[in-house]
Amino acid sequence: MIHIKRLQEEGADIIALIGEIDASSSIELDLSIAKSVGEGFKKILVDCSALDYISSAGLGVFMSYIEEFKDRNIRMVLFGMSDKVANTFNILGLNELLQIGKDKVQAKQLINEV
Amino acid sequence: MRSKAISRLLFSVGVITWLALLFTDISTLLSSVNQLKPDIPVWLPGVILNLFIVSLFYYYRIKIGRDEVLNFVDLLWRVFATGLIATVISLGLRLVEYLLGDTSLTRNIVFRDLIYLINVGLMIGFLMMAFAAWKRLILYQKSKWLLRLWAFFEIGLLISLVYNSFKVPIVEWLYGTMLGIFVIVGLVLSGNMKWVAFLNFRQKWTSLLLLLLTVFYLLYILYTNSSYSEDISNASPYFTDYRYHIFILSLIVFVTVYSIFSFLVILFNLPTTSVFEQKLEEVVNFQRISQSIQTEQSEESVYNILLETSVSSVFADAAWLEINSNAHEHKLFTYKITEKESYDIINHLKAHNVKGVLDQGSEKTKNLSKHLASLKGSRFRSILAFPIYVKGQNIGTLALLKELPESFNKEMTKIVSTFSNQAGISIENFRLMEEALQNERYKEELKIAKMVQKSLLPTILEQDNDFEIAAFSESADEVGGDYYDTLRVDKHLISIIIADVSGKGTTAAFHMSQMKGIFHSLAQRDIEPKEFMVQANQALIYCLERGSFISATYFIINTQTKTIQYARAGHCPVLYYCAEKKSSQYFKDKGVALGMVRNKSYSSFIQSNVFQYKAGDIMVLYTDGITEAKDGKGDEFGYERLVEIINHSNGMSPLEIQNHLINKLYEFSGTTNINDDYTTMIVKFK
Repeated sequence: MIHIKRLQEEGADIIALIGEIDASSSIELDLSIAKSVGEGFKKILVDCSALDYISSAGLGVFMSYIEEFKDRNIRMVLFGMSDKVANTFNILGLNELLQIGKDKVQAKQLINEV
Repeated sequence: MRSKAISRLLFSVGVITWLALLFTDISTLLSSVNQLKPDIPVWLPGVILNLFIVSLFYYYRIKIGRDEVLNFVDLLWRVFATGLIATVISLGLRLVEYLLGDTSLTRNIVFRDLIYLINVGLMIGFLMMAFAAWKRLILYQKSKWLLRLWAFFEIGLLISLVYNSFKVPIVEWLYGTMLGIFVIVGLVLSGNMKWVAFLNFRQKWTSLLLLLLTVFYLLYILYTNSSYSEDISNASPYFTDYRYHIFILSLIVFVTVYSIFSFLVILFNLPTTSVFEQKLEEVVNFQRISQSIQTEQSEESVYNILLETSVSSVFADAAWLEINSNAHEHKLFTYKITEKESYDIINHLKAHNVKGVLDQGSEKTKNLSKHLASLKGSRFRSILAFPIYVKGQNIGTLALLKELPESFNKEMTKIVSTFSNQAGISIENFRLMEEALQNERYKEELKIAKMVQKSLLPTILEQDNDFEIAAFSESADEVGGDYYDTLRVDKHLISIIIADVSGKGTTAAFHMSQMKGIFHSLAQRDIEPKEFMVQANQALIYCLERGSFISATYFIINTQTKTIQYARAGHCPVLYYCAEKKSSQYFKDKGVALGMVRNKSYSSFIQSNVFQYKAGDIMVLYTDGITEAKDGKGDEFGYERLVEIINHSNGMSPLEIQNHLINKLYEFSGTTNINDDYTTMIVKFK
């Protein structure tokens, strides 16, 4: 089960993920990212501090946006991951493809870099 | 068969007893007329008469009471036919008498008694027939109380036979009381006319005619018999006179009263018959809607039945059923109205902003006849519309039309609303059934996919003098995407792969088979692991859909140089046990899963590594199903536990290590039914 909250700060859309993302709840994650993109946000911050688990389907969602974001000049930074969740990203090599910050402050710095 | 034989026997007994009655009665009559002492006791004819009655009573009881096929009109017909035969014979005898004229024969007491006894026999037969038939009619809808009353009536009548047989010195008050009781009970029983309601209009007319004639026959026979007995009693009192017979008298009263009552009740029921018939039809229609969800029928047939039944129940002149399969698509089923006419009305109501008739938002069904009055060119003046709900969602509207204004009443509204509700339920059931079938098909598909996936895994693994391999793979309920394989490239080179396809089900099985194809074609070419991954990625870009990827690790073991080259593409890091150091470590190096980077830059995200192996070293390959397996508390099996297990199993063969590891996994999770695919491949060097 996943609970997704969205709020806007300094022109960036912050998507907070609370709970676990498995095959079925990954659809909700996909929807909320698509919504944020649809609303025209160029900066998307994903708050993973309350994310307990993410399955390969959930990782697939992030992965599927990489190309699109590059083309449309949208920046996405993930932050606040627990070691366990970070490990899942690292094993798949997603840490190489996604921008991941330690906390919100670092994430905001990353997203505002040119 | 047995009851047929018994009824024949009873009939014969009836005939014999009647003949016996004839002889004994004539003999007593003759003796008395000639002032002689009779040869036979005076009471004998009475006893024989009662035997005759009893045999006929049981004869008709078997013949009428047990026949399940007879309906109400058949019963009346049987009674009528018996009456007709009795009357015709009786009239025939009168004709004979008339033709003979006033001769000595016709004046002879024996001849007159013969005619009288024939008439009495016919009358009793007729009465018993009617009695058996009326019994069935009265007990058509029985209650405990009614059954008891009937039993009392029947048994009481039979007991009265005993009283009559033995000519107990006639006690006037007892005789009167018994007769009175039977007449009253007969009257009470005659109040049971429930069967009349079940006759349709035609049957009622037939019944009226039959009953009228039955009553006529009864009256004729009674009149004939009473005139004969009057005649004979003038000559001698010593003959079998039915006029003092309680049983016969009670029966006459009962049969006549019930016939007349039935006649009157049917007559007064005639005008309301159509209402009953309509109600019955409603019930049948209702059943049709409920049953219209047979597998071979479609939603369309439910709609058509709904339309038909609603129209026939409220005598509508026309109707349509508008079904919205989705927001933009409407389908119209019509009855005696063209689509154009229907849309004219729909648009008219829309244009005049009439809420609650056809707009889908309305939950109430309303009779909005007045709004049609303003529509020119339409023949209809009344409209009644109902929404149809499936799972609380409005799927369509049923509209019924009449040419007369204000011609739908409350009852009709209720009936059609029940119909449309039932139709909604039927459609819901139909959809549920479809869904269940779909599910079943899906399951079947999964079964096949699972079989395919199993068959993609190798049955035999490459073995070598330098190492031993054991592998184990199990998928969860659904089809998984774990894959492992080995391939000998040449004498010294062996390729090994382990991979995990993201997602589950049939697609995962397909991707797995693609991976297998890629492995078998690329591994042959003896390319280094990094190049293998780059080419595999390039090939997979065109196969994997958005969001899907494959994690894999590819090894080349060179037994000549005793080195292992490998590249890790997002797969779980290899656990390597070094026999020399007696410790294990994970090889956590850089590598992005296949399908994640969909351009040429992938080569910068993957790297090749080389290391030397020594005898006793153990290489453990696995998928995340192992490390992510959870125990009852939700804790994961984890990497540490895996290291622990491998460190303590260095003396074992790969197969032993594998079994040990799987047992530990089951022990940890508390079940052998792990909620993910899990695969291990253990290589031990010699």
